This record gives sequence, structure tokens and C-alpha cells, in this order.
Amino acid sequence: MSVSREEIERIAHLSRLEFSEEEKDSFFGTFAHVLEYVDTINKVDLAGVEPMASVNGAENGFREDEERPSLTTKEALANAPKHNETFFKVPRVLE
Amino acid sequence: MAEIAYEPVIGLEVHAQLKTKTKIFCGCSTTYGSVPNTQVCPVCLGHPGALPVLNKEAVRFAVKMGIATHSSIRELSTFSRKNYFYPDLPKGYQISQFEDPLCYNGHIELELEDQSTKKIGITRIHIEEDAGKSIHDIDIDTLVDLNRSGVALIEIVSEPDIRSAREAWHYLQQIKQIVTYLGICDGNMEEGSLRCDANVSVRPVGQEQFGTKTEVKNMNSFRNVEKAIEFEINRQIELLQSGGEVAHETRMWDGNKQITRVMRSKEMAHDYSYFPEPDLPPLRCTEEWVDTVRKSMPELGLDKKRRFISEYKLPDYDAGVLTQDKATADYYEQACNALKEQTHDRYKLVSNWIMTEVMRVLSEKKISVEEFAIPAEHIAEVVDLYAAESISSAGAKEAFADMLESNEAPQLVVNRLGLLQVSDESFIEELVDAVLSENQDAVAKFLDGKDKLFGFLVGQAMKQSQGKGNPKKITALLRSRLEALKG
Repeated sequence: MSVSREEIERIAHLSRLEFSEEEKDSFFGTFAHVLEYVDTINKVDLAGVEPMASVNGAENGFREDEERPSLTTKEALANAPKHNETFFKVPRVLE
Repeated sequence: MAEIAYEPVIGLEVHAQLKTKTKIFCGCSTTYGSVPNTQVCPVCLGHPGALPVLNKEAVRFAVKMGIATHSSIRELSTFSRKNYFYPDLPKGYQISQFEDPLCYNGHIELELEDQSTKKIGITRIHIEEDAGKSIHDIDIDTLVDLNRSGVALIEIVSEPDIRSAREAWHYLQQIKQIVTYLGICDGNMEEGSLRCDANVSVRPVGQEQFGTKTEVKNMNSFRNVEKAIEFEINRQIELLQSGGEVAHETRMWDGNKQITRVMRSKEMAHDYSYFPEPDLPPLRCTEEWVDTVRKSMPELGLDKKRRFISEYKLPDYDAGVLTQDKATADYYEQACNALKEQTHDRYKLVSNWIMTEVMRVLSEKKISVEEFAIPAEHIAEVVDLYAAESISSAGAKEAFADMLESNEAPQLVVNRLGLLQVSDESFIEELVDAVLSENQDAVAKFLDGKDKLFGFLVGQAMKQSQGKGNPKKITALLRSRLEALKG
């Protein structure tokens, strides 16, 4: 199973990642390897097996609708690459 | 060649923000309009390693909506990650439900203008989290406020059963009424607690297959939803009639230009790559629990309206206005229950009073009926006094105006202002006879055919009684005396 250059570029775009042409070339092999692995898994006969969404059998695990302290704005913004006193800042998003 | 007639096919996706005190997966407050980035924590900021824990109340609210829309409630449902990149989505994915939504296969009943009813199918209702807010217009950079990030939402997806922009408006109004009756959402489109996207297509009448649809976004009021869909229907029909084709695309409602315009294709380059959310166990809603929720359901608007019509014998219009919101309906019933005489005439009078006087004051003062100064029991007392002819309609209005300020009981106000009306037979007789003898000129002209003078004579009698004579009785007696004079 192989992957096209367009698919690599589309996936890069969806991930908001930019790659050089050489890097894109290098992905052909990597992707093929991953897809081969998935192909192998796909060969398992799963007729009659319910899809499993969770591995440990736990269910629900609710919390009550009770307020707990939030971070301070200063704490919340502490790790942001760019911010002012109240907001996170990101490069302008064009509408 | 005759022009082909087209039929619109519309489906709506409605997001309703749930009124839980805290967010869906963490204990941060959901208070609207707080200082930006003060209601955030590692979970809703998407910090690595922070784990979501589901708010039980959000599930209860969603189940209520499911029951209200006659949906099936799924006993075991799961959460999925919807992956996309946007600055107001700090985790890079939204926790939502994908393959097995909590509620499915329901319907909402609409009453249309011609009083016919129509059922709109509900495909699914699922729970998910809201994103934060991006602000583009107060800085060179885009500013991000994550107070809204992680607030609980339900998404209500309709079947493509809607056939006009007006029906879409009714559907949305009905959703608003249901969520506000249930007390699970404010239903405020302007503030964004209720949001709506529309899938719109047209097809030749009689054709079964759907036409190509567009998705219309950015409609932030009930009016805009109707206008945008109307515009989109006409745009598509004109396009097809001139030999064009509808493109499958997402379009924005532009309120300034009153048109829909295509969003740049890059903005829609989504491939959400849904996969199961490993941080949350499956959600089990046992039949037993759903039944306890079912038992806590209030009577909803449309049922209440129908009951008002049958129980209080109200006209359809009155019942519709009074049940528009639950607080007004409760106020009406409270007033009716307090009436001294339980008659259909008095029920209608209470309705008139609320629809005209009370609602006028509410809209003038921009307050809700819960904040209204006059208790429902006092409205009942005014109606009782009027119905027993103890006060005139003008007197009742005067008393009402006074009650708004004084907060006193009607009987006290009526006594203080001297509004009690005199219906005593001999008093009325004396009054009418005096007016007839003092205004012989006018009486002669009336008998000569000047009908208008009747009003003048009634006015004279009212004046002489200082407004306290019962106008109905005065009018009746005056008429019979004058008829007798005519011979």
C-alpha cells in the first residue's frame, strides 16, 4: 500500500505542519511502513466482534456539578509563547 | 418551456449551551461575561496529562432534551475526539460523540401559522464541549479567551424534513421553547447560547433525490436564520434555472450585505479523523435512571398551550402568547387559581390583562414576569372587582397604574382612589332622570335624529356621578328612557 504526494501534503496541512520537499520525500517510506502494519492488523477476522471503545471495562465515572477553583489568569497564561495581561495571543487569524 | 418548480429541503444543526454551573469535564465556572481567562484550568486549557471527568448534570440535561424530543436514549454511548486545529481549541481536538450519540431518532412537533402541525425528525442529540473565543478586531494579533472552552453543549441534528425558511424559524423557536422550559439552556441566539447551522438544498417538485446542499453558517439571530435560508433557497433556484449547478460548499451569512457568500475552501479543509476518546470511559444511562429523569420532566410549552385551550377555554392566540415562556404561563395560572369565581369569562379577562397591561409594562421596563412588582393574586383581584362591576374598566386601569407604584392590594387602592363604581338602581335612575331634565335641548335634538348626542348624554351622567356611576347601567337606562320618549 502506498501513499501519494498529495495525500502527504494534505495531511501536513491538516496538522498545520510545513515540510521541505526532501522531508516530504522521506515520508513515502515511513507512511508505507505504517500502512503495511495496519494492513496486517486488518487481516484479522473480526466478524461478530463488537468494537471496543475502552480497555478496562470502567463506565461513567461522573463528577457532580460543583465548582472548583480555577487557575489565576497569570498562571493560565504563564506558558503561552505570546500573551498580554488577559488574553492568549496568536498570529492573526484571517476571517 | 415552463419553468420547473423547486422545493427546498432543509436540515438544521443546533448547538445549545447547557446551563450547568461548571464545565463538562472540569470544575471551572461557566458564568457568562466574566473577565477573560479567569475560568480556566489545566483540563480546559488542554495541558498535557490533565484528564477530563464527565459532569453528571450535563448528561442529565441532555437526557431531558432527548425525552422532550421523543428520542431514544442510548444505554451505552461513547466519546470521540474530533480533530482540527484552531487557536480557540487548545487540545487540538474537541471531545464529542460520533458513532453512538446519547439520543437518537426523535421528533419535534411544530404548530405553523395556519395552525396545522408538522413533525420534524431528530436524527441525533449528542453531548460535546464548546471551544473558546477568538477576538480578531481589537489587536494586531488574534486574542484568545478560553473561559468558554469546555462549556457543555448539546448538538441537535434534524432530519432534512424542513421545507421552508419559515418552518426553519418555527423549528428553532420550538427548540428554544423546549430548552428554556426544561431550564437546560438560556436559548439566547444573540449571546450564542443557542447557535444554528443550516443545510439547504432544492429539488424539482416531485423528485425524490435530494439536490446538492450547501451549509450556511454565521446566523446569530432567529430573524437571520430565516433570512439567510430564504436567500440561499432563492440563490440556488436561480442558479439552477439559469443552467448552473449548486456547488457543495460552506457559505457564511453576511448580515451587512444580506447575502450568503462562500467561505474560502481552505477554511473547510477539514478531515476530523474521529477516533474514540481514550481518556473517558463509556457512558451508561440505565433505563432506571432515565425513568427518574422522565419523572422530573415539566409540562412543555405545546402541551401547556393545548391544556390552556381546553381547561381555560382560551383562544388559540391567547394560549400561545401566555405559554411562550414558562414564567408567564405560571403567572397566568396562579392568577386564575386566585379568582373568586372560576368562570371562563374571568379566565379570559385575566388573559387580556396579562397580554395587554402586564406585558406592556414588562416590555417598557425590559424586565421578566418574575421581576414584575404586582403579584398574580392582585391581578385576579382586579379582574374580580371588574367582573363584579365594582369598578369600571377605566377604574381598573387607574388602580393598576397605582398598584405598580404603591404595591398595595387592589381593594385598598380602589378605596383610596374612590374608584368603587355605583350600580345601585335608584342612584342610576335619579342620575339619568336629572340629566334628561337638565339637557332638554340635547334630548330634543337627539329625538330629531342627531344620534351622536347619545354619547354626550352618557358623558353628562358620568360627569354628574363623578365617574362612579356604572356606565353600562347608565347607558342601558338612558337608552330605554329615550326610546320611550320617541314613542
